[in-house]
Amino acid sequence: MKLLRNMKYYKADMHLHTALSPCGSLDMGPQNLVRHAVEAGLDMIAVTDHNSGRQCRSVARVASDQGLSVLCGVEVNTREEVHCLAYFPSFRELDAFDRLLYGQLADIPNDPDKFGYQVVVDEQEQIVDYPQKLLISSVDMGVDEVEQAVHRLGGLFIPAHIDRLRNGIIAQLGFIPPGLKCDALEISRHSNVETLVREHPYLADYSFLRGSDAHHPEDIGRGGTRFQLADLTWREICMALEGTGERKMELL
Amino acid sequence: MTAYSGKDGLDRQVTGGYASDLLSDVMGHAREGQVWITLQTHKNVMAIASLKDLAAVILVKGHGPDDDAAQQSNEEGVPVLGTTREAFEMVGELYEAFKEHEIL
Repeated sequence: MKLLRNMKYYKADMHLHTALSPCGSLDMGPQNLVRHAVEAGLDMIAVTDHNSGRQCRSVARVASDQGLSVLCGVEVNTREEVHCLAYFPSFRELDAFDRLLYGQLADIPNDPDKFGYQVVVDEQEQIVDYPQKLLISSVDMGVDEVEQAVHRLGGLFIPAHIDRLRNGIIAQLGFIPPGLKCDALEISRHSNVETLVREHPYLADYSFLRGSDAHHPEDIGRGGTRFQLADLTWREICMALEGTGERKMELL
Repeated sequence: MTAYSGKDGLDRQVTGGYASDLLSDVMGHAREGQVWITLQTHKNVMAIASLKDLAAVILVKGHGPDDDAAQQSNEEGVPVLGTTREAFEMVGELYEAFKEHEIL
């Protein structure tokens, strides 16, 4: 990807978990997470915990002091057990989506001994809350309903790690439903787009991005997306996903 | 047992059964004429049932098909049936019945 005049490269990790995800390490508090992201040379991280956006704020506050941008998001587990990333333009939409999800989440209490701790921590890494429901359960919403809810709130909808046999949309649903409005597809670092498109030719119509899906600090930035944008803003990211106005992205 | 949709196809010859909730697995391994036991209600279920020429879909635990899935089931004449039983029980009963009627 050749850098155009008036454009800059921005390196981003589009999928990572914090200490709020039961499977995420307790070392993934805002301070440590941001430090590792900066050390990995990232300009932006997307915070995407399982079915909750409640850790985004404190990560964003810590990150802004370090010149790191944070895209607020969630990794939703749909009724079909399909994992989907959702990104939102601001905390307002994120909070609305978070409330919707928590209401639709199965009423199964988390057992920290079995699934791990799920804690909301503040900027100083003090625990401020621990949601009662197990966040890795599925919500009682189909993938189409989730897509529509995300778009109603002005967010971006991206099926996660579509190449993965566990919780990837192709494994769960056989193929991507033609009417599902995906703003992009996420592919894990274990696959490349060319091979995937050869296997499933209809995927050539989609744009792709990548995140590390890190659950531990050392994995942050292991797999990411390099954006070419005029500036690092929500609008510019949307343009890159659409492939308009010379805004682009490539997988790392 | 409830017949939700696709009733035109109810006289289809049944050759066996397949139980799975992973649609990619059904796409790869189910065979023509089988009934498919699942709790998935997404429209893609019908696309795959039709592609694989399955005799019927049986939804367990009281689930019904999504509206667009029921519509496609009607259009293609692939019945969607439903039961309040759990998959384990439904599969067991069908297995016994298929043996008895020498389908298997």
